[in-house]
Amino acid sequence: MSAENVELVCPAGTPAALKAAVDAGADCVYVGYRDETNARNFPGLNFSRPELADGIAYAHERGSKVLVAINTFPRAGHPQIWHAAVDDAARFNADAVILADIGLCDYASKTHPELRLHLSVQASASSAEAIRFYHESFGIRRAVLPRVLTVPEIAALCADVPIEMEVFVFGGLCVMAEGRCALSSYATGHSPNTSGACSPASHVRYVEKGEKVVSQLGGFTINTFGNGEPAGYPTLCKGRFEANGKLSYLFEEPTSLNTLDLLPDLIAAGVTAFKIEGRQRGRAYVGSVVKAFRQAVDAIRRGEPVPPMVLAGVTEGGRHTAGAYERSWR
Amino acid sequence: MSGGAKLSLGPVLFNWKPEAWRDFYLRIADEAAVDTVYLGEVVCSKRQPFFDPFVPQVIERLTAAGKEVVLSSLALVMSGKEREAARALAAVEGFMTEANDLSFAAALNGRPFAVGPFVNVYNEGTLAYLARLGARRVCLPVEAPASTIAVLAAQGLAEIEVQVFGRLPLAMSARCYHARSRNLAKDGCQYVCADDPDGMPVDTMDGKPFLTVNGTQTMSYRYHNLLGELEALRRAGVGRFRLWPQSCDMVAVAALFRAVVEGRTDAEEANRLLAELTPEAEFANGYIYGREGHLLVDGEALAV
Repeated sequence: MSAENVELVCPAGTPAALKAAVDAGADCVYVGYRDETNARNFPGLNFSRPELADGIAYAHERGSKVLVAINTFPRAGHPQIWHAAVDDAARFNADAVILADIGLCDYASKTHPELRLHLSVQASASSAEAIRFYHESFGIRRAVLPRVLTVPEIAALCADVPIEMEVFVFGGLCVMAEGRCALSSYATGHSPNTSGACSPASHVRYVEKGEKVVSQLGGFTINTFGNGEPAGYPTLCKGRFEANGKLSYLFEEPTSLNTLDLLPDLIAAGVTAFKIEGRQRGRAYVGSVVKAFRQAVDAIRRGEPVPPMVLAGVTEGGRHTAGAYERSWR
Repeated sequence: MSGGAKLSLGPVLFNWKPEAWRDFYLRIADEAAVDTVYLGEVVCSKRQPFFDPFVPQVIERLTAAGKEVVLSSLALVMSGKEREAARALAAVEGFMTEANDLSFAAALNGRPFAVGPFVNVYNEGTLAYLARLGARRVCLPVEAPASTIAVLAAQGLAEIEVQVFGRLPLAMSARCYHARSRNLAKDGCQYVCADDPDGMPVDTMDGKPFLTVNGTQTMSYRYHNLLGELEALRRAGVGRFRLWPQSCDMVAVAALFRAVVEGRTDAEEANRLLAELTPEAEFANGYIYGREGHLLVDGEALAV
């Protein structure tokens, strides 16, 4: 894979963010419906049917593609909600749908053979055998890799599968294998797999205890902040816990993924598409992150080094990591 | 209770000392009232070589005792070595295998198999596809509520198995939290997960028990316990109940569940006896009611 063919896949949680991403140079924008069919099912976010149709028209007029994430696992007994989501995406001329559920992949490939299918990160396909299974069974054309693999592992994988690979390059960082994490529902009853939400705001509380602010999720303390310290959002796996007699960020610090420096290596590994996380973020965030990555990809295309960029203002807690792409992270 | 429900013992998820692992299964073979025993490393491929030498002896004893042996695959397959191990397991003849990753199911080429709880089967569409692929039995993910279980059991496409005892496997990662808690890298982990045969407790900052860590796996602190829901689940068509091995007396635990399944003991009495067997344990059943997984719903009839 060469830098020429690399696509920048950008998030949009609102029609305004979609326009910001397209205007900032996104090759693709990914979106979801305003319901439980997508894994960023947060209040006030996502697209109605008319908004999606308009958004696709706006993107297509400017040469960008729109990918529709329908990446939760259909509730037993109610497949029609998810089937209709796929049918409507096809009807609106979406460039692809992003799916996680085997049954839904089966439905989409049979009902809409012309529709391009991408495999969501929520499907947790981490090996060549798993990816080939989805390709051979349903004609999946691109897989989004779970954030568990190192760059050399990704290179070996790309050489071993006949379809495109997409990887996360920026934004929120799942430390668990995606699609295989029920931590959120253990504390709140809601998880990405079942309701399309991790650590949902409806279950968050900030409690003042003397000088301190305690952040809680489903009644469990996730972190404590001193006077004047900004209280971070209590995402379960980014909290401080006590284990082995020690208080620490046991799973992960409140940090964001940033692979700007690794982009040339990921291209050399054979990755086709770079995905920026953040459908829950505003259009200013989307605009500035997309612009930074657009400049980086274009610089690589010209054979120039990746320009240094100030992204600290948009990373979680102002900190970032290359995550699982570097072996030492494990 | 309407008869016929079977009891399974899930694979040991923890890193038990190899001799302890062997002795555990030898006693299960001789004494435990379970129909099926799942064997194999599901969590971390680095552990497998240690107990591998004991596997033939354990299989022989379990089979001689009339128990069905099912060989379980790894849940998160990443490295070349892990892929090779999966291929080797898929080629084993004479035993049913349990796929805990889709790559493994695909490698079976249509031979009958069981689907483990680490493959996401949440609905009838996925169940139907996997049944066509050769799935004969499906152990549902921890989150599946009774409403989902009832729909899937009613399809009649594969035997439905439900987790009913032990710490719940909640998440998998490439990162090892046991190693991280000791400031070790995963590559030089010194197998510290073996220090915690029931997982390493993870408490909140205000001292409330919350989760446990088992190497790369994160589990519930509370023990899942569906003694009170067995009958309703059986009526909904669940054919099989899974007990997860903990380091308590699993022969006695299995006997309790068996007694309730066969209607010889009522759930209330069994719960009292289970609390005596596991004095340290706190229990939960929230997932089956469609609620928070850590909750213990008490005195409410399970609607299925």
